[in-house]
Amino acid sequence: MTAQPNNDFVQEVVARGGDSVTMCFQCGTCTASCPSGRQTSFRTRKLVRMAQLGLKDEVLNSQELWYCTTCYTCTERCPRNVAIVDIIIAMRNMAVAEGKMFDGHRKTAQSFVKNGHTVPISAEVKAQRKAMGLPEVPPTVLANEKAMADFDKILKATGFKKTIGE
Amino acid sequence: MAKYAFFLGCIAPLRYPGIEKSTRVVAEAMGIELVDLTDASCCPAPGVIRAFDKKTWLAAAARNLALAEKAGLDILTICNGCYGSLFDAAHELHADKNLLKEVNEILKEVGLKYSGKTNVRHFAEVLYNDVGVENIKAKITNPVGYRVATFYGCHFLKPSDIKQLDDPENPKMLDDLVEATGAVSLYRKDKMMCCGAGGGLRSQFGDSAMKFTEENLKNMVDAGSEMIVDICPFCHLQFDRAQADLKGYALPVLHLSQLYGIALGMDRKELGLDAHVTPVKL
Ligand code: SF4
Ligand code: SF4
Repeated sequence: MTAQPNNDFVQEVVARGGDSVTMCFQCGTCTASCPSGRQTSFRTRKLVRMAQLGLKDEVLNSQELWYCTTCYTCTERCPRNVAIVDIIIAMRNMAVAEGKMFDGHRKTAQSFVKNGHTVPISAEVKAQRKAMGLPEVPPTVLANEKAMADFDKILKATGFKKTIGE
Repeated sequence: MAKYAFFLGCIAPLRYPGIEKSTRVVAEAMGIELVDLTDASCCPAPGVIRAFDKKTWLAAAARNLALAEKAGLDILTICNGCYGSLFDAAHELHADKNLLKEVNEILKEVGLKYSGKTNVRHFAEVLYNDVGVENIKAKITNPVGYRVATFYGCHFLKPSDIKQLDDPENPKMLDDLVEATGAVSLYRKDKMMCCGAGGGLRSQFGDSAMKFTEENLKNMVDAGSEMIVDICPFCHLQFDRAQADLKGYALPVLHLSQLYGIALGMDRKELGLDAHVTPVKL
């Protein structure tokens, strides 16, 4: 099957904050700097090129899109000031909007929705906190129902719950 | 006394409470007053939440920023993830009035408004820039002699065009802060390499994350380090837990606040060292 370039794709990446995508001249400094590329099949330069060419389906379905740790090493070194992490974030947002997300990530997002925090509190941690003279439950949304309800309203307003299928 | 809204985040209070406790004690000793930023949520995490939906990330960050603004205080964080998210979100909102307006439409639903006044600070750079290394040295009561691998993490210094704290390729801030306790910071290969946990890698592709961590650990050991000192509970968690699965590594992992706690004579129990997965033998 030959790839079908999608000309609107670049425009959407630009609109979502990845406007520097058009500046890339494919020098490969990013790939050479990428710690993830050392361990995985992810090639930063190639991903940026795929975005430029409008290979929407290939990008949004690729596992490599999720191999970036957002360490910013590439962004610091890019001679064309391409905001590579912003481009990756824009494309991840597009994948998620199409319902494409991994379970490990969805779980983190579910905890965020439920607890206001990416991880829940445990009995063990409560005991540890108490033993060192801290309140058992930290003074965050976890300790105030009204604050938690406010947080929930924000997530409803942005449609986040729907985004992650809740 | 400089006063800040203390932003806890998730991993410190809910996985390594010793980091929270040490920060409270150390801040007071250093003349920094911390007022709890009550009702705050997750920053939200840049790795998954920003990657999932930038609008949600911005709105929830703006709620946290607005809570601090209401308290009339700047935010102090102890985590690179929180620092990265809140700093970046504030930067975007302060630069783009339309975006700020959009976000305020959402905040209106919960009776909040953000006008763009909150500065976001990291504990490490507050110690360095506001307290100063010489003043810190004068306050240390129990100097240590550890041989340390400093771990800056990624989102403390980068993106450097907006953070403007130190050279992102060859920084010295954390090394100077560590050496203020009497410890020695050892140079090593690939010192600025990412721990591997960020961007959602740990939660979905843990094996890949582990490869980053192992490479870092190898470079630390090769340089003769006997412990890791970090400034991010998420890097901290990655290094602390990874060593249980990787054979042959046993480097204790301390957050800067815990190292300072030791150098100020804090009790081992208050430092939370026994809750670490990799044993902390000092
Ligand atoms: S370093 Fe910049 S210009 Fe070079 S290939 Fe990567 S994104 Fe393109
Ligand atoms: S930010 Fe992502 S793409 Fe860039 S060097 Fe780091 S892991 Fe690689």
